[in-house]
Amino acid sequence: MASSVEVRSVSKQFRLFQEKYTSLKEKVIHLGKVPYEVFPALSDISFEVEQGTTLGLLGHNGSGKSTLLKCIAGILAPTSGEILVRGRVAAMLELGAGFHPDLSGRDNIYLNASLLGLSRREVDRRFDDIVDFSELGPFVENQVKFYSSGMYARLGFAVAVNMDPDVLLVDEVLAVGDANFQLKCINKIKSFQKEGRTIIFVSHSPELVRGICDSAFVLDHGRLVGGGPTAEAITVLQQFQLAGSSLLFDPARDQNRAIPAGDGEVQLSRLEVNGVQVDQRAVDVEPGQQAEVAIEVESSAVHATFAHLELTIINANNIPVFSFNTRDMGLDAFVLRGTTQATARFDSFVAGPGAYSARISLYSEETGALIESRQWDNALVVRGGRRGISGTVAMDVSIFAEELSNRRL
Amino acid sequence: MALPDAGGKVAQAEVIGYDPMRTLAVHLVRPKMSIWARLAAIWRYRDLLRGLVAKEIRVKYKDSALGFIWSLLNPAMFILIYYIVFQKILGNGIPLFAIFLATGLLCWNLFQAGVLGATGSVVNNASLVKKVAFPREILALASVGSALVFFLFQAVVLGVFLLVFGVTPDLGYVWLAPIALLALLIVSSALAVLLSAINVYMRDMQHLMEILLQAWFWATPVVYPFMLMASKIARLHLVWLYLVNPVTPVALTFQRAFYAKTDPIGVGGQVVHILPHYSAMWYLGVLGLFIVGGSALFLVALSVFGRLEGNFAEEL
Repeated sequence: MASSVEVRSVSKQFRLFQEKYTSLKEKVIHLGKVPYEVFPALSDISFEVEQGTTLGLLGHNGSGKSTLLKCIAGILAPTSGEILVRGRVAAMLELGAGFHPDLSGRDNIYLNASLLGLSRREVDRRFDDIVDFSELGPFVENQVKFYSSGMYARLGFAVAVNMDPDVLLVDEVLAVGDANFQLKCINKIKSFQKEGRTIIFVSHSPELVRGICDSAFVLDHGRLVGGGPTAEAITVLQQFQLAGSSLLFDPARDQNRAIPAGDGEVQLSRLEVNGVQVDQRAVDVEPGQQAEVAIEVESSAVHATFAHLELTIINANNIPVFSFNTRDMGLDAFVLRGTTQATARFDSFVAGPGAYSARISLYSEETGALIESRQWDNALVVRGGRRGISGTVAMDVSIFAEELSNRRL
Repeated sequence: MALPDAGGKVAQAEVIGYDPMRTLAVHLVRPKMSIWARLAAIWRYRDLLRGLVAKEIRVKYKDSALGFIWSLLNPAMFILIYYIVFQKILGNGIPLFAIFLATGLLCWNLFQAGVLGATGSVVNNASLVKKVAFPREILALASVGSALVFFLFQAVVLGVFLLVFGVTPDLGYVWLAPIALLALLIVSSALAVLLSAINVYMRDMQHLMEILLQAWFWATPVVYPFMLMASKIARLHLVWLYLVNPVTPVALTFQRAFYAKTDPIGVGGQVVHILPHYSAMWYLGVLGLFIVGGSALFLVALSVFGRLEGNFAEEL
């Protein structure tokens, strides 16, 4: 089949200005010479998307996937190279971009649809479908500023999908709205797939991409580093994440962030995972195996401090996947005097492959106030384990099949 | 292909609606677009232009009790003040000075509102420019468009005043008014497109234009008659310089057609020279020149806009 989108050696360079001189005075002073660095957001990207397929673009934040999508949509012009698109493109970068709060839903439908390139007559024909899909009912005559964020997003999505696109570009907008609406969006995307429209879907969530896309490409620092069938691409993405080339080991980020809350007499001084100190480098943990997290606390207070311990393990998407608090667990407080080591032993560390941060907080037993909190970014990396298992939790699984009836035709 | 249908409710009717084999227009995203491609894109998005103009006007007078009337009160106040100052206090002796003022002001307001509004248009719509792909020149053109709507509204009111004061337009020149309007629209649009793009990179443009347009206003025969200035610079053979200002011949045409007095008897009893004795053909020629020149400038503006547009989404 014919290709629907052809990206031909596209590069995009952003100029990063140390200081932006946008006023005339500054321009004159600096004579138009503004110090800047060239930042290659995309380097020589080429690929084709076949008509009727759904392509996922994977990558961590800042990998250039959204920039690429904006180039395909025509919002950004590439610095070099060209992109050929067959048919009408609908880009869903932000739902309801261009809605004017003071206009009614009806007026905004017309305005937004004409922004997307529909003529007035074409909107007339689709108006009822748009209102149906948005489930706004009579509220369509109300000013958009009175809408809830859910209504706003529904209307935005309704306009975008009803413009009969040949190529649909979706940038993680599905994350907004309630579960029902998300389901509706995914169903709509699936019906687009059945109809043979081309979809390019950008996400940093391998799970969503796996659910929707036929194939996927992985971007890293503006380069196309791999791709193919979705499962393969996701493996590539995970390898890149584990190899630490991405955000996970961004040197610009403070590796250890301490948030002193008390008087500084009590300090979280050291974190060990499986007997290895967490320092600059993450400690490897195998999924399903035993793991020990040891925390060292130093107290210079004259008197003993009675404290409760809270440990939170946070995944790469900044979602806490596990947490315990000794006060809530009904345990006795720790007595902190001099140097104390507290150890948490996990019999089976079932977190799925990926990098995790550890946040440790100490709370006073007496007052419940925070004494000290500290986060070790990327303290541990779960890798290895059984092939073909991914997700947030690496549950132990066995798969079997049995014949329920034997019916030969 | 993917997951089983999460909801299982894919309507069959929708499946029928799309033919993947339909002939599709090929569209290229490139570092640069030709001027003709840009013009074609503007034409394709003409409904958006209309929508934006309607939006601008609706939003401007939303929730105000007088609404659209405000667009008349502003020039009305202007005319009243200038009438008192120039006619009553300074005694310039121009008969029906209010009509003379209103005729010139009508043209000037279209130019000023269009150009000034357009200068900030791209910057003020940053959220759109960053999220949606459409010919961004439309934003600048919409400013000129909404200025045109106000122009037409004010023109109707002026027409009523002409009837009330019993002024008969000169039919030998009235047919030139639409041509003058076209010339003004083309020149305004060219400047609008050019300035809206430059303003993204030099935000001072907006403030600079506010000042510049003040000087420009006084370089245009709106408050004082053309002949007053022309007679002073005629000796230096500089009348052509005066006419380089594109708003001047447009205002002149409107004054000649609707105010329609070249050398009337003034308030004081003596003859006042107000408008030149140029023939309709002279007007046509000058206006034609501005239409051609303005169109050329418009194409230049489009090309500059295109050159600067590639980085809009980053600069905003």
